[in-house]
Amino acid sequence: MDDIAARVKKVVVEQLGVNEDEVTNEASFADDLGADSLDQVELVMALEEEFDCEIPDEEAEKISTVQQAIDYVSAHLPKQDA
Amino acid sequence: MSLHSRLLGTGSYLPERILDNQELSRMVDTSDEWIVARTGIHRRHLAAAGQGSVDMAYRAAREALAMAAVPASALDLIVVATTTPDQIFPSTACLVQARLGNRGAAAFDVQAVCTGFIYALATADHFIRSRAARTALVIGVETMSRIIDWTDRSTCILFGDGAGAVVLRADQEAGILSTHLHADGSFADLLQVPVGQGHLQMQGNPVFRMAVRTLGEIVQETLAANHMTARDLDWLVPHQANIRIIQATAEKLGMPMERVVTTVADHGNVSAASVPLALDHAARLGSFQRGQTLLLEAFGGGFTWGSALLRWTEE
Repeated sequence: MDDIAARVKKVVVEQLGVNEDEVTNEASFADDLGADSLDQVELVMALEEEFDCEIPDEEAEKISTVQQAIDYVSAHLPKQDA
Repeated sequence: MSLHSRLLGTGSYLPERILDNQELSRMVDTSDEWIVARTGIHRRHLAAAGQGSVDMAYRAAREALAMAAVPASALDLIVVATTTPDQIFPSTACLVQARLGNRGAAAFDVQAVCTGFIYALATADHFIRSRAARTALVIGVETMSRIIDWTDRSTCILFGDGAGAVVLRADQEAGILSTHLHADGSFADLLQVPVGQGHLQMQGNPVFRMAVRTLGEIVQETLAANHMTARDLDWLVPHQANIRIIQATAEKLGMPMERVVTTVADHGNVSAASVPLALDHAARLGSFQRGQTLLLEAFGGGFTWGSALLRWTEE
C-alpha cells in the first residue's frame, strides 16, 4: 500500500508541477495544489497510465484529494503476481 | 506507375473582425487569464454580418490556387469540409465552384466537424490515387460564430471563423503518404448541436480526455503504418482546439513545441478550418523544407478523428 501511495504522489508531483512536501494525503488538488479542471482530467489520465487501469468519468469526478486517488487505485488495481 | 497526391499550394482567409479575450470578458463572466490558462486562446476572428462560409472558402481557395499556379478551370474535384454551410443546399463546394468559375468538376461537402479537413483531404487523396481525379481543391471552412451560444461562457470563448485550402495534383512524388480516419458515434451527445436547437453544446472534460487519448493513439497508428517513429517527424500540424490538448499530444510523441505548428492563440478553434489555416500559416512563414515530414491530426464531434502524413514537396 505504501508503494501505491508513493507512486500516486509521484504522479501528482510530475503532473501538477508541485513540490513533494506539498503533496500530503489530505491535499486537495484544486484548493491546495492549484489544479484547474483540465489539470485534474490530465492527472486522472496519468494515474490510468501509471497503474494500467481505467477510471470512468463519473468516478474520476469524485477524486479530488490525494487520499481519494490512493484509495481508488488501491481498490481497483489489477491483481499482480507476487 | 502508382500515383500520389502532391500538395501544390495552400491558402487561408481570416475575417477582419477580431474578438479578444478582454472584449469577451465584457460579454460573459470570464477573464483573459482564465481563458488563456485553460485554452491558450487570446483572440479569434469573426465573420462580418452578411459574410458566410462561401465567401471565406472562396478567398482561401483563390490563395491556394495562386500559390499552386493552377487555374480554377483545371480542377476536376472540389471537396469542402464544413459543419456550418450557408445553405442546406446546394453544397458549399458547388457554391464555391461557381464563384471560382469552374464548371464540371465533381463538387461536394464533407461533414466531420473538427476532423472535417482530414476527412476531405483523405477523400481527395483516394480520388487521386484511384485516378478518379487529377487536380483537387480541398477546403476547410467554418462560420462557428453562427452556431455559438454567445451567453454560454464555457463554449463561446473557444471558437472562431475562417477558411483554409490546399490544391492537390496527381504526381509520381508523394505528397500525402497516408491518411487514417475513424469515428465513434456513441459519443454523439458529448459534443453536438442538439435537434431543435441552434447552438453548440459540449461537455468539456470528457471531450478533453477523449481527445488526448485518441490523438495519442492515431499518431502512433500513423507512424506504425509508415514504419516510422516520432523521430522521423519534422512537424506536427494539429487541430487547434486547445493548447493543452496540443501539448499533451506533442509530449506523448516526445516532440518539442518548436516543431509543433500552433495558431490556436490567434485563431481559436475554427473546427474544420483549423488544420488548413495552421498549415498555410506555417507554409507562408517558410517553416517547411522540401523533404520534411508533417503529421496532421484532428479530433472532433461525432466523435470523429483522423490524421494525414505528408511529405513537403515544395521548395
